[in-house]
Amino acid sequence: MNGQTTTKTTNQIILDGLWRDNPIFRQILGICSTLAVTNNVTNTAVMCISLSLVTALSCATVSALKEWTPKTVRMMVQVLIIAFYVIIVDILLRAYWPDMSRSLGPYVGLIITNCIVMGRCEAFAQSNRPWPSFLDGLFSGLGYSVILLVIAAIREVMGMGTLAGYPLPYFSTQWDKWVIMVMPPGAFFVLACLLWVCRSIGIKGKKA
Amino acid sequence: MILLAVDTSSIGSEVWMAVVTCFAAIFTQNILLSYFLGMCSFISVSREVKTAVGLGAAVVFVMTATTVLNWMAYWWVLVPLNLEFYKYILFIIIIAAFVQLIEMMIDRYSPALYQSLGIFLPLITVNCAILGAVLWMVIREYSLIVTVGFGFGSGVGWMMAIVAMAGIRQRIDESKIPAGLRGPGITLIIAGIMALAFVGFTGVLQ
Repeated sequence: MNGQTTTKTTNQIILDGLWRDNPIFRQILGICSTLAVTNNVTNTAVMCISLSLVTALSCATVSALKEWTPKTVRMMVQVLIIAFYVIIVDILLRAYWPDMSRSLGPYVGLIITNCIVMGRCEAFAQSNRPWPSFLDGLFSGLGYSVILLVIAAIREVMGMGTLAGYPLPYFSTQWDKWVIMVMPPGAFFVLACLLWVCRSIGIKGKKA
Repeated sequence: MILLAVDTSSIGSEVWMAVVTCFAAIFTQNILLSYFLGMCSFISVSREVKTAVGLGAAVVFVMTATTVLNWMAYWWVLVPLNLEFYKYILFIIIIAAFVQLIEMMIDRYSPALYQSLGIFLPLITVNCAILGAVLWMVIREYSLIVTVGFGFGSGVGWMMAIVAMAGIRQRIDESKIPAGLRGPGITLIIAGIMALAFVGFTGVLQ
């Protein structure tokens, strides 16, 4: 039974997560909790790593427990599993990197309600074995991270002239800083433009 | 007498704080446009004004009630027991249970309201705006009265944003939009312009 349901190969899972089914471009999922921290590359990186790990581990756990989970309460069980991993991440951050924990504020906890984690658990982990589910969660998370890191890099370079805290040669001196990029509207505009570019590439690919 | 006077004035200032926090949550610190919470349903349910109003009303109600409930659960149960790290699990369970309860009650006592509001209730459980408001309330250490104002204001702010967005999207339905930008893309651009307008409120309340 398990063998039949795993129709995707590992390579397909990786490619789907990173590009073809990319959570942000194809499904517009889960931008809530992470878009807010994209005014700074370091914060975004920490947030993305946490999210990918939580997604991967929750998917693996959901998949491992699927035989014992009654169908009627599976949403609640999934939420509890996700919350369990989020608590671990939150405690680790607070113990080893308190400054980062403070600047991320409530957004680490909000990984629980991030649609990507739930979405992958429901769509893939429910019908696949733990290892493919782990990979699927990890690469969906990474596909999401790549885009958020691009957004964060654009916003930080244009808004503050630095990249991950280090001043860049041209941008920190001559560049007239776009304050709007650091403020919330900047995130909306950059994401919309990225979406536009990637969708246009997708449409062209389909025509050719 | 003196004690009483001090007491009423402190309650008065609390209420005043609550009102200010409420307005701040609507305008200067809009939960959607400056904290990006509740984006998923904001993008997917903002096609029609009618549904947007329904979802918005449900969010206002659930947000006000759950922030207060979670405030009590956190400060009266978790903090005395030193179990703060369980807060995520507790908050999620309280929100889910509350939504379920309300759904059953509405279904039982007001089928008409259930028809218009009922379908949105399950969606709200996973709406990050609700959990986000609860977590902000804990991190900023609001008092109970201020929490009521904050929960209500956040809900109203979210509702206002989604209703405005639905209105704008109905207007641009017929417009020619570049293929790659259709749907979520243009929604994000509009959201950006709206956020820009809300940035203008910064400094009004201080």
